[in-house]
Amino acid sequence: MNTDNLSPIILTLVTFAPFIGALLLILVPRARDVRILALVFSLLTFVLSLHLPVYFHREHTEFRFEINRPWISTPNIHYHMGIDGFSMWLVVLTTFLTPLCVLISWHSVRERVKEFFILLLILETALIGVFTSLDLFLFYFFWEATLIPMALLIGMFGHERKVYAAVKFFMYTMIASMFMLAAILWLYAHTGTFDFVAIRDQIARGAAPSFPAAAPWLFLGFFIAFAVKVPLFPFHTWLPDAHVEAPTAGSVLLAAVLLKMGTYGMLRFNLGLFPQQSRQNAWWIIILALIGIIYGALVAMVQPNLKKLVAYSSVSHLGFVVLGIFSFTQLGLDGAMFVMLAHGISTGALFMLAGVLHERRHTYEISEFGGLASPMPVYAASFLFIVLASAGLPLLNGFIGEFLVLSGSFQAKAIYGILAATGVIWSSIYLLWMYQRVFFGKVTHTVNSSLPDLSGFEQTAVWPCAVAALVMGVAPIIWLAAIDPAVQAALAPFVHIASRMAGQ
Amino acid sequence: MTGAAPIPHLFPALLQVLPQSSDYIRILPEIVLSLFGILIMLLEPLIDEKKTDEKKNQKVLGVIALVGALAALCATWVMSQSPGLAFWQMVQIDGFSVFFHVLIIAVAAVVILSSYEYLAVQRIRAGEYYALILFGTVGMALMSSAVELVLIFIALEISSISSYVLAGFRRRDAASTESSLKYFLLGSFATAFFLYGVALMFGATGATNIGQISHILQSEPVPLLAYVAVALMFVGLGFKVAAAPFHIWTPDVYEGAPAPIVGLMSTAPKAAAFAVLLRVVFVIDVHALFWIIWVSAALSMTLGNIGALVQSNVKRLLAYSSIAHAGYLLVAFAAAPGLGTSAAMFYAASYAAMNVGAFAVVSHFANAGERYVSLEDYEGLGRSSPLLAATLTIFLLSLIGIPITGGFFAKFYVFSAAIKANLIWLTIIAVLNSGIGAYYYLRIIVVMYMREARKAVPATPAPLSLRLALAACMAVTLYLGLSPNRVLQYSQGSAEQLVQRTGGETQAPALSQR
Repeated sequence: MNTDNLSPIILTLVTFAPFIGALLLILVPRARDVRILALVFSLLTFVLSLHLPVYFHREHTEFRFEINRPWISTPNIHYHMGIDGFSMWLVVLTTFLTPLCVLISWHSVRERVKEFFILLLILETALIGVFTSLDLFLFYFFWEATLIPMALLIGMFGHERKVYAAVKFFMYTMIASMFMLAAILWLYAHTGTFDFVAIRDQIARGAAPSFPAAAPWLFLGFFIAFAVKVPLFPFHTWLPDAHVEAPTAGSVLLAAVLLKMGTYGMLRFNLGLFPQQSRQNAWWIIILALIGIIYGALVAMVQPNLKKLVAYSSVSHLGFVVLGIFSFTQLGLDGAMFVMLAHGISTGALFMLAGVLHERRHTYEISEFGGLASPMPVYAASFLFIVLASAGLPLLNGFIGEFLVLSGSFQAKAIYGILAATGVIWSSIYLLWMYQRVFFGKVTHTVNSSLPDLSGFEQTAVWPCAVAALVMGVAPIIWLAAIDPAVQAALAPFVHIASRMAGQ
Repeated sequence: MTGAAPIPHLFPALLQVLPQSSDYIRILPEIVLSLFGILIMLLEPLIDEKKTDEKKNQKVLGVIALVGALAALCATWVMSQSPGLAFWQMVQIDGFSVFFHVLIIAVAAVVILSSYEYLAVQRIRAGEYYALILFGTVGMALMSSAVELVLIFIALEISSISSYVLAGFRRRDAASTESSLKYFLLGSFATAFFLYGVALMFGATGATNIGQISHILQSEPVPLLAYVAVALMFVGLGFKVAAAPFHIWTPDVYEGAPAPIVGLMSTAPKAAAFAVLLRVVFVIDVHALFWIIWVSAALSMTLGNIGALVQSNVKRLLAYSSIAHAGYLLVAFAAAPGLGTSAAMFYAASYAAMNVGAFAVVSHFANAGERYVSLEDYEGLGRSSPLLAATLTIFLLSLIGIPITGGFFAKFYVFSAAIKANLIWLTIIAVLNSGIGAYYYLRIIVVMYMREARKAVPATPAPLSLRLALAACMAVTLYLGLSPNRVLQYSQGSAEQLVQRTGGETQAPALSQR
């Protein structure tokens, strides 16, 4: 314990390091310096965030690296941050991907370079803040704060229908989070605190007398906000639009991290604050998740647009996460957490790779390509590796998570597992079929025969993801060791409920 | 010489009748403002004699006006050191009136700052402009400290008449003239309602002093006439704050009036009228007024926001948004006295900061003759003047109510006051409305950043005066968003004083039954 003197302030450092970088960027006039400084700060944040897993004590089930200072007295808001096994890896995922986003955007963003990187770094701060805050107010602030830079990234740097996509993204998530705000305010009004831990304890003790009557509504308030973010079927329609129009780095962070905010929220708040309501509502949530898995996969299969295909595959994969969470089994939750991380890596990389194609041909239409394996061998190999990771090939990261979720849902109810397992099959179909159409066969469009292969910057952006996918697939224990205790803690109230139900 | 003898006997009596020095201290800000206003009026003809450097001379007047406003702020501090009643219980200095004095005078100062450039660009002669702002400020400041209905009326008229004239200051533009005339006709109509209410209240209770009225109404059954009186007063004040259904004038008047003046009109007189309303609300059993306020709040929010959705002129859009914000403020009124009052005060402060800031940016972009005020003209501003666009964005985000801006806590306090008073439905309406509101504020942001300019709109760099004004508004907006503690505690303290004095605590249970 003595070795980490940084412990009380490390979360603040990690969260605000990118923001400080963004402020410094304002002062830098030259585009090249802007890029370098953005890279420096995102790497610095990554290095700082590595402190978290290094000094994370596994046996510690409560929150680590906590900082809790009063901020505003009325309402009673604390600057309360802390992480557990769930949030730690999501923080690291965010800090891992942001430098890669800077690299992949190095040449592709040519206009308004400064604004782009400022927004990217502000977005990173907001994303990390979402995962580190333990005060509901702070959480809500960061939650909303992710919206603006993301919407601006889509709207300023996107493609043809960018404004439509940006506004749709903003309105969907903004309106949905109003419900969460209402629920948060209710909790504050009846518990007198925004502190997550304090509210959870009060509820568990039964110290909030009017809570049982309001709990179903509060549960829904949180759930709607998270479900739109995930996005759970039928709230997913903003996602394909946002992805197709977003610039590459925006897509990467959107898919890899922003969507995880929703599943993380379910895990932390829906399960943490409303265990009973989670149990009661699990059946229809699982049905929605199953629809999402299968529907997302089927729709992905028929997409003519590369990015839309990956977007719908996200709907399918995130269905697995929701299924795992609401299976209330150790394996299911472990798997859900792992799918979140694995999907972040592999889908992030897929979007980078799609961006590489767009960079060269300014289109995402699959029919525009074909036979790319001969002009771009390195690109094709990297793409194949990531596709296989995403499709769930054993020894790569996708497999571990999906396997755990499936085992967990089999434990919960066999039919869930059976239906969800078809999703694995679908995913290999649409991914491999897409791969075949883009890379194999003859070069159908003559422009494609002279496409340049991956550049140095692109390689440095994509390969770390590939390495991560491999390491996660071979040694998942590194991640699961920290996730496991957090899952046990999260499931503890459910054991009570289950035993009480059995006793009745 | 024989008549000299009685004088020593008369003297003490005379001293009692004459105002004392402490009385003057309690209206010191008003005195300072009036003196500076008169000074400007006196200097203006002298300055205009030499036509050599007119622009510079105009600026001198502006600087005098600014100094006047700042001096008045200092005077407010002096005034705040001697709380109490003055001028035969016509004026009351307490935390409440000091709060609104600071608010109103600060708004006036920022508006004066943001007017320098505007007047030069529009080629408007400055003299009376600044004087009128100062005189109007006198009226508004007096409204917040007056506790005598007749004095309130006079103060209301002082502030109104200055704003009627200011609204028509862009003489060469028909829209401005229309704005002024419309404001004048409807405004005098509304003040007549207020006066009628005052008269009826006098008929019902035999008093015009708010403290006395409150005392009389608590000791005997409330006569019907008193309800009518309060309702009529509400009509008059509702007009001033642009609350529905008395809001019809707002878009036209705001569209035509000079942009900095709209910044002033949409904040300071509103704050003053809300101050009066707060004092009046506690006088009479609020229950009668409760439903009027409830309906007016719901209507203002809904009509304001829906009206703003379809506007293509930024000034009109902000006009409708100000109707909506009046609605949010009224939600606080419908809530319980103690909590609702401090929430309303906080809201008034943060709304003033963000709205004056927004209008300062609008008045800069408007250019000569206010040519560029439609949404189309804002296309591509994020590229051509990034700093100003970013500033406007922050004000708009605050108007939406995004956290760490003052607008968030303003809404937060109002809504939580409403929830505590069990006004569930009104809160739901308010929350839904802020969702609608997000859309049209966002439209401006979208247009600024995500669309390419189709028209060549000249981007002039912001002068120092405007930067100062914007920096002040921004500082207040962010300060209220990052650490609202002190302002809130201050407003809570003064609200408690107010509630205790007028016996509001006896009405609190009656309200919370709703």
